[in-house]
Amino acid sequence: MIRIANGQGFWGDWLEAPVRLVEQGPIDYLVLDYLAEVTMSILQKQKQEDPNLGYARDFPPLIGRLSKQLKERGIKVIANAGGVNPVACARAVIKAAPGLKVAVVHGDDVFDRLDDFLAKGYEMRDMDTGEVLSSIRSRILSANAYIGAFPLAEALATGADVVIAGRSTDTALTLAAMVHEFGWKADDWDKLAAGTIAGHIIECGAQCTGGNCQLDWENIPDMADIGYPIIEAEPDGSFTVTKHSGSGGRVNTDTVKEQLLYELGDPRHYITPDCVADFTSIQLSDSGPDRVHVSGIRGGPRPPTLKLSISFTGGWKAIGTLVYSWPQALPKAKAADRIVRQRLQKLGLQFEEIYTEFFGVNACHGPVAPPVTDPPEVQLRIGVRGHDRKAVDRFTRELIPLVLNGPPGATAFGEGRPPVREIVAYWSALLPREEITTSVEVIS
Amino acid sequence: MKKPLSSIAHTRSGDKGDSSNIGVIAFRADDYPVLLREMTPERVKAFFGELVKGEVERFELPNLGAINLLMHGALGGGGTVSLRVDAQGKTYGAALLRMEIELD
Repeated sequence: MIRIANGQGFWGDWLEAPVRLVEQGPIDYLVLDYLAEVTMSILQKQKQEDPNLGYARDFPPLIGRLSKQLKERGIKVIANAGGVNPVACARAVIKAAPGLKVAVVHGDDVFDRLDDFLAKGYEMRDMDTGEVLSSIRSRILSANAYIGAFPLAEALATGADVVIAGRSTDTALTLAAMVHEFGWKADDWDKLAAGTIAGHIIECGAQCTGGNCQLDWENIPDMADIGYPIIEAEPDGSFTVTKHSGSGGRVNTDTVKEQLLYELGDPRHYITPDCVADFTSIQLSDSGPDRVHVSGIRGGPRPPTLKLSISFTGGWKAIGTLVYSWPQALPKAKAADRIVRQRLQKLGLQFEEIYTEFFGVNACHGPVAPPVTDPPEVQLRIGVRGHDRKAVDRFTRELIPLVLNGPPGATAFGEGRPPVREIVAYWSALLPREEITTSVEVIS
Repeated sequence: MKKPLSSIAHTRSGDKGDSSNIGVIAFRADDYPVLLREMTPERVKAFFGELVKGEVERFELPNLGAINLLMHGALGGGGTVSLRVDAQGKTYGAALLRMEIELD
């Protein structure tokens, strides 16, 4: 049995979580997931400004902080912290933790190969809209193929203490430890599916240990010291989800079910580079305090394609707010919204969308929100987006004047004009997997 | 007898591009058939009204006593494009708890 812990569900997750996982009990592998879909484009921009950046900068100081314990106890780290510059990330790790052996996985970054792919006739149509990639070619910021668990396992086989990947799948980080330890083969579909589902359960950190848990949330113990998840994996593919004893939070079949359904599409076909996992085969049972046993998982062959994650510029947007107080807070906020729209129209400004929400009334749930009568205050929130930056910029000048020239009782304008932000949009496409070749490099 | 969904199930929701998914989990295995009967894609789409522009797909997970509702065109463009405060559908699962269903 090996213990695989996840200490980071996204870049920006709790800094103390990985430290507590190492300090509060036994683990063999620490996996850290840093990359959301839009993160790659942010990192690409950072690399363009400084060739030594483009990775998750929280990662090297974390490894520096943990290096002594990682070395003494033989804990291996697997992280997709490399972003678009895994070698720079590895160098920073070595600087922060000189005694550790660090390996990186190459091959996911296809930004420089897109024209080659297009020339070969790959249209790389968007999986949502069906449009061809050539329609946005000049606006592309980053392009990466999702890498599976086997290249990461190959990196572990070098004896590395820390494995750094770029755009690996979130689930591959967990599965890689099992492939490496148990010697699973590329066509062990059921076992690969089991490791993939273990990865899915822990990839969002505390979301399977009582965090963001709707059921009985008021009574989940000691959330201030919530334990992050640990998989106790067996060579046959069965595993137990748990957390360190003494930590806060809760692990039971309810908390695990909520996370199993998180960001799920077709449960019979959960497609990864390693296999296709069947979520309808999962058998869960409570097997002790804060322990859930998982078994019975089946999987099918990996797909002939890999998914590309492509980011591109999609215009500009700005979102501004004002607060209206009682009495008649909602009618005042609605009047202000009408006035802003009239003024934008008279200025002749064109937007792709203007969208208004009223915080305290309907912002989260729109028409489904329960009715409110005469609330003590309402926040007006108006957003615009479009490809004309000047129009979006002009919009940001239209809210604050309402404090003096609109309905009475407006406040909370102290932040000034809202910022104009460039939209980084996301494109996903499929590419034959033989076009992607990965390699492992030990950095010294 | 009409009751809100919250009387028999809990939910979790999130995003997949411009789609949002809601996992609906029955508290008791006995209530799974009620979920199947009452939580049809058509009713869920009608419940959300203008928030969901596209179709609603429903997938069954009898092993978990759960259904997965995949709602297309539900996030105003999704991710970074959307102007909505809940651009990732994180609160849609909670919204669905108010849906009235017929209990046996």
